[in-house]
Amino acid sequence: MEAGTMTPRADRSLLERSPRARAADPILRWTLTALAALILVLIAFFFVRLFIEAKPAFDKFGYVGFVFNNNWDVSKEIFGAWPLVVGTLITSAIALIIGVPVAIATALFVSELAPRRSRQPLVILVELLAAVPSVVYGLWGIKVLAPKLQPAQQWFSDTFSFLPLVGGPVSIPNCFIAGLIMAIMILPIVSAISREVMTTVPSENKEAALALGATRWEMIRMAVLPYSRAGISGAAMLGLGRAIGETIAVTIVIGNAPQVPETIFSQGYTLAAVIANEFGEAASDPTHRAALIAAGLVLFVLTLFVNAIARYYVNRAQRGQRSVPQGMAG
Amino acid sequence: MTTLPAVSARRRITDRFMRSLMLVLTIVAIVPLILILYYLIREGIGAWNADFFTTDPTGRFLGDPGGIKSAIWGTIVMVALASLIAIPIGVGVALYLVEFGKQGTFAKIVRYFVDVMTGVPSVVFGLFIYIVLVVTKVGGTFAAWKGSVALSLLMLPVVVRSSEVVLNLVPDSLREGALALGAPRWRVTFRVVLPSALPGLVTGSLLAVARAAGETAPLLFTAAFVFGTQFDLSQRMNSLPLQIFNDVSQAQDRLVQRAWGAALTLVVLVLILSLVARLVQRRSRLA
Amino acid sequence: MNPEDVTSPPSAPSSAAPDPATPRAETRRLEVGGARDEEAPIVQGHAVTLRGLNAYYGETHAVKDVNLDYAANRVTAMIGPSGCGKSTLVRCINRMHEEIPGARATGEVNLDDLDLYSDGVDVVSVRRAVGMVFQKPNPFPTMSIYDNVAAGLRLSGTRGVNVKERVESSLKGAGLWEEVKDRMGQPGIGLSGGQQQRLCIARTIAVEPEVILMDEPASALDPISTLKIEELILELKRRYTIVLVTHNMQQAARVADTTAFMLNGELVEHASTEKIFSNPDDERTEQYVTGKFG
Repeated sequence: MEAGTMTPRADRSLLERSPRARAADPILRWTLTALAALILVLIAFFFVRLFIEAKPAFDKFGYVGFVFNNNWDVSKEIFGAWPLVVGTLITSAIALIIGVPVAIATALFVSELAPRRSRQPLVILVELLAAVPSVVYGLWGIKVLAPKLQPAQQWFSDTFSFLPLVGGPVSIPNCFIAGLIMAIMILPIVSAISREVMTTVPSENKEAALALGATRWEMIRMAVLPYSRAGISGAAMLGLGRAIGETIAVTIVIGNAPQVPETIFSQGYTLAAVIANEFGEAASDPTHRAALIAAGLVLFVLTLFVNAIARYYVNRAQRGQRSVPQGMAG
Repeated sequence: MTTLPAVSARRRITDRFMRSLMLVLTIVAIVPLILILYYLIREGIGAWNADFFTTDPTGRFLGDPGGIKSAIWGTIVMVALASLIAIPIGVGVALYLVEFGKQGTFAKIVRYFVDVMTGVPSVVFGLFIYIVLVVTKVGGTFAAWKGSVALSLLMLPVVVRSSEVVLNLVPDSLREGALALGAPRWRVTFRVVLPSALPGLVTGSLLAVARAAGETAPLLFTAAFVFGTQFDLSQRMNSLPLQIFNDVSQAQDRLVQRAWGAALTLVVLVLILSLVARLVQRRSRLA
Repeated sequence: MNPEDVTSPPSAPSSAAPDPATPRAETRRLEVGGARDEEAPIVQGHAVTLRGLNAYYGETHAVKDVNLDYAANRVTAMIGPSGCGKSTLVRCINRMHEEIPGARATGEVNLDDLDLYSDGVDVVSVRRAVGMVFQKPNPFPTMSIYDNVAAGLRLSGTRGVNVKERVESSLKGAGLWEEVKDRMGQPGIGLSGGQQQRLCIARTIAVEPEVILMDEPASALDPISTLKIEELILELKRRYTIVLVTHNMQQAARVADTTAFMLNGELVEHASTEKIFSNPDDERTEQYVTGKFG
């Protein structure tokens, strides 16, 4: 590796580099800095353009009106996004209720209970779930899962019809199937982060629990779960963020009906699905297009919010590991 | 005879029950994967034949539906272009963060925004490019290169994050040794840091590519849909995810079967990319 | 019991250099098997006897065929250089050794007449009967002081046990009550290092074990906390049988009734503390206690 010019030259000393060589370092530094700044510019640009394009819809229906009006009628050009918001909330809630406990169980099993040699294969299997593209989940969901689960869903709907949001006929594409597919899709990320947090539980706390005469499960309940609480919450929030933004799989299996769903087995609609589904016909209609972009903006803001909360929890979990407070003399 | 304090039956049962429950739920988590792979193979392999890969979709509902040639080529071309954009920029930003920015305020802000980007739904990226490039009719309406730009936006934060991790693993002693020999910063970066981080960078990039290959939403509004194979980047281009998305809602069995076949193709592609990525990772550890 | 015995600092054995603390040498050291009237046991303890104990980490033979008796209501110190197997051996007594993947133990560990390694013995019960205090204080970080002490109690159900009373008496037994009685709800990890260790001791004695194992309990603490812990050990032996692993020979001399010296997994010698430090039988013991190695 040469260190700049080494041959003696008349116009400068051995220790100086040529002007061209000297310029290389700052060029590199400023190029890379510019790239980094590009990201900031991009996001800001994002937000501003989205807002500008969405503005006509907000002007026409008002900010509150757009989000909370319960009427999404394409033919009459009335766009109140409430059915979409409700649909997004219901499907995400189902995804969390089903997905998070399973993800935590998987994380616990892999980090605390599984035989050592099976850990890596299990981890890989769960991560493979993340490799399946969204559209393939949609295909499998609507062609296999939804028809096959219809009898079970109907039974549930009939047996538990006293519960809110349950009862009545089960449509083949419906909110529940969408939530279930989303639960499967968020499983890898919630499980991976939970598992990471669990493996950082100090072994001395686990040993203390066992030495007191705790069973394996009691040790998990005393030492592992309380310590991992913040990290698991962060993981669940990240899963929620992904669920909210999930588009293609949802639009294939949810039915795309712009009404507030009566039950979890009715068809529904989400903010993300409406964009994918209606953008084609909205190309020619400025109001419709603005409404779809407004829905995109609401979606964007929602995911920003959820992810910020998630990051807060995950950071808290990481900070907690690095500094367990301990007093000085005494 | 000395006896030890007893463990109540309730505790024993709870312990065994909860441990079994964790095992059961773990199996429940893996079952969908197995089912998906099973159905993909069962339904999709029937569609696979020479014609499937060498003919374009015809757009006909009755009669011969055609194959998925344009979709395969479209995915390859668009993802390649997206990678050409996202990987250099992503690695560049990661280089900035690790070599120059470090813990400075600007670097922290950049990291924060990269984190924000990872949480943005892919449909919003598509929408953004739609607004900025398609509606404004920059170089025509729908175009393959615009689809690539949307995909690169998606790949960028993934590449930045994984590259940053890898570059941080390069020991400082390597850098210091080179600098002490009198090498200028740019040489240290290109001749020392990047080569030693290369396997990890390749792994991270391949995983980003695998993700981009499977994305549908960003392409919906940008590259849109077309039947024929064509390599003109300024025109619409087909892609595997879009082809599947189109066929999935059709009533004709042959079209649905094509969707399965295309889905199997896409999953195989993604799995191969992921596998290669992991192999590169493992080889670099052994080296 | 003479109150002065508890509060004055312990003294050094006659063979070592004069201890800077108050010279009250005679009252501390005991002959094996004998006990002064003032220090008679409050609760009759249990004896632990090891017969043919072998412990392995995979292929590594860490404890080699050890036969050792721990007398009831006595403190037995385990000394030896790093890696000699003393910690491993002690972890076999409460069957924590087998928690390490690939680790196993064979032989007999008898609590009075019950072999803890026999079939049908539940490992969870063993750990309830044989308590352990670790080198690094490890109170549960998410629990308050009160909850930490009650943690072990709550495992086996609190029917018939007044938890509050037990927590208070355990904290008193650990010499921590006065310092924390007004802040029981605060997190356990907010205490100083020495207090945390006494909290861990309170947690251990709250479940009323038969035997207490202590694996270098004061090595992570400052000298003042160390002294407090040592006083505590002398008080605790009136209720429990105590096994103390220590690398600090002065500590063994101050606190232990008998001392066992281990080297390379073997038990070299076990005798009264005075004999080990002044006139050991085995030459290796002599070399170790005079500082020639380790």
